[in-house]
Amino acid sequence: MNTFSDSLSTALALLLQADAHLYAIVGLSLRVSLLAVVIAAVFALPLGAMLAVARFPGSRALTVLINGFMGLPAVVVGLGVYLLLSRAGPLGELGLLFTPTAMSIAQAVLVFPLIAAITRQIIEDAWLEYTEQLQSLGASSWQSALTLLWDTRWSLSTVMLAGFGRAIAEVGAVMIVGGNIEGVTRVMTTAIALETSKGDMPLALGLGIVLLTLVLALNAIAHFIRSWAARNYR
Amino acid sequence: MSFIVDRCRRLMLAAAIAAPLASVLPAHAADSFITVSSTTSTEQSGLFNFILPIFTKDSGIAVRVVALGTGQALDMARRGDADVVFVHDKAAEEKFIAEGFGVKRQEVMYNDFVLIGPKEDPAKVAGGKDITEALKKIEAAKASFVSRGDKSGTHAAELRLWKAAGIDLTTAKGPWYKDTGSGMGPALNSAAAMNAYILADRGTWLSFKNRQNLGIVVEGDKRLFNQYGVILVNPAKHPHVKVEAGQKFIDWVVSPSGQRAIAAYKIGDDQLFFPNAEKPVEKQADTKPTAKKK
Amino acid sequence: MNAMPTPMFPLHVRGLGFAPAGNEILTDINLTLETGSFTAVLGPNGAGKSVLMRLLHGLLAPTSGTIQWGELETRPQQQAMLFQRPIMLRRSVIGNVAYGLHVQGVALSDANRRAQQALERVGLAHLAERPARVLSGGEQQRVALARAVALEPRILFLDEPTASLDPAATRAIETSLADLHQQGTTIVMVTHHMGQARRLARDIVFVHQGRITEHTPADEFFKQPRSTAASQFLQEELP
Repeated sequence: MNTFSDSLSTALALLLQADAHLYAIVGLSLRVSLLAVVIAAVFALPLGAMLAVARFPGSRALTVLINGFMGLPAVVVGLGVYLLLSRAGPLGELGLLFTPTAMSIAQAVLVFPLIAAITRQIIEDAWLEYTEQLQSLGASSWQSALTLLWDTRWSLSTVMLAGFGRAIAEVGAVMIVGGNIEGVTRVMTTAIALETSKGDMPLALGLGIVLLTLVLALNAIAHFIRSWAARNYR
Repeated sequence: MSFIVDRCRRLMLAAAIAAPLASVLPAHAADSFITVSSTTSTEQSGLFNFILPIFTKDSGIAVRVVALGTGQALDMARRGDADVVFVHDKAAEEKFIAEGFGVKRQEVMYNDFVLIGPKEDPAKVAGGKDITEALKKIEAAKASFVSRGDKSGTHAAELRLWKAAGIDLTTAKGPWYKDTGSGMGPALNSAAAMNAYILADRGTWLSFKNRQNLGIVVEGDKRLFNQYGVILVNPAKHPHVKVEAGQKFIDWVVSPSGQRAIAAYKIGDDQLFFPNAEKPVEKQADTKPTAKKK
Repeated sequence: MNAMPTPMFPLHVRGLGFAPAGNEILTDINLTLETGSFTAVLGPNGAGKSVLMRLLHGLLAPTSGTIQWGELETRPQQQAMLFQRPIMLRRSVIGNVAYGLHVQGVALSDANRRAQQALERVGLAHLAERPARVLSGGEQQRVALARAVALEPRILFLDEPTASLDPAATRAIETSLADLHQQGTTIVMVTHHMGQARRLARDIVFVHQGRITEHTPADEFFKQPRSTAASQFLQEELP
């Protein structure tokens, strides 16, 4: 059991020392995953909303597909994005492999189905309630989708957090497309993987505790902002 | 009115200064690093952390290391995703050159493999100097053995040693032989958890912390010699390869100052890597003085 | 502005039927509504009144028959509907009222001005900036009415708009409806409230088991309905 107590004291020491190296890694983790969620949301929110309010050819198949892709293994996403961004791949010219941008792209692909699928479900539930009123006012499918996105914003913020959680906790994809290069693409999870493979379990678990603390703190902040906003602006 | 004119003039001046900077800076920044695909042993042993800052300080070139198994590292370079390869599997490296992906292989340093095993030593191999003898005993005792199984340089060396011991793994394989398909560190973690024998490079072993009940049982056999080579990826295959910066790095690691840096890296009292670029296997054509000296 | 009213009246409904998946809800509905009329649609629960409103408003497509708006070839936009339960969007009161105008492409400043006027008409101008969802049920229904009014509809459909409101809120809605009607809006309203129908409606459409059994002037209807179904209904509903 002393590994656990070691890890806790390591985590505490890491946080208290305010180690610049650690903070850079934490900062990169946040930056990469936030960008990933933003990229994914820009596409997933409208798609989820349209799947909920409109029936078009293939919409059902698309819904099934997106629901299924929620379980997409991160390593597969990583491999796919790696092959795309590799110099020998179709997007190799961009030179994005082993950059934080590549990591954001991989995480965005990973969380896109999650955000789209849950958004669709939330919007569909709201749509049942709103449909007659919005149609009566003459709203088109597209206008209805936008209206519902705005009206379910508090629920959707939880979806964003879920997406962010999956992105920042993910290791398989960012390891492949980022390369875990020190000072360039090393994030919390790849640092944990590295320390684990060096056999430094207390440091690895300590970093894990730091990551967990960070995610918890972010969720708490988001929760309080949301409940404050929801109370004042239902 | 005059203050507006003044402000305009200042803006124009700022633009005149900023424009060339903006056009030069990104290109320069993009050129000031190279990507090296290397093995977990060089990265995780801490060698790169020690020697790369010295090179970067001398040359102004940052080195981005992607640490993989030797097989993967070479594949990554085949796809054009690295400028320089720094690995340890001579046969695979020569194949890489023969396929035209690499310009030239230069030897840099060596370290050695060690056979790691549990203190109880069920196969009774501890203290021996003959690695093939030890492997035979392990196989005979069906003692647990963890293999990398990931086409890395260490994996290739392990397979060569089994062959040298006269053991055909395809028939000898059993539950005692655990093919983990993982990097050096994870494989060591597995061996520690299963109290198994494992072949490891000394550098990774020395910097490995989760040893539990494991220790070195066989070392010092000439056949455990582990040669590292460095190769510039061929710009004829991948035109974007940073030839100049990559060659600078290669020139530096084989130069006296690079070799001194490698020799200076120690964990405790143990030297991990032994530079041997001075006694090249093939005649080195490149003799011009390279790294800037203070 | 609209000096020449578009010929969207009279509204002719001919042989209208609604039978989704063979399940007959409305059969052979024939009805004519003149401009400026105030029609109350009465009938027992399950008669098909709400479905009739949705067909007329265009939320449902009939399975047979036709709805002919004057000489128009398509459904006119100048209509609105109020539902039993108002749906408030998660935004301010004025945002809710202006929403319908935004959707129809009215410019932002214009929409806000018209929304403000509509709120004044239903007496809720002082609540304009409040989040709509915190209002009481009665206030929400009046916001919904303002939202409908803001569209300047020539015909307004209402499906039991006061069914779940208290007397004060009901009175406020009724006053606004009478006011709208006086200014020329044609009104069709489903209600279960006989007093309300008496106070407001000029004519009564009685629906029974998916059919219209009569369409008579209100005073006549309450004195002596023509159909037996209606007279039976009145005997049970009125003391």
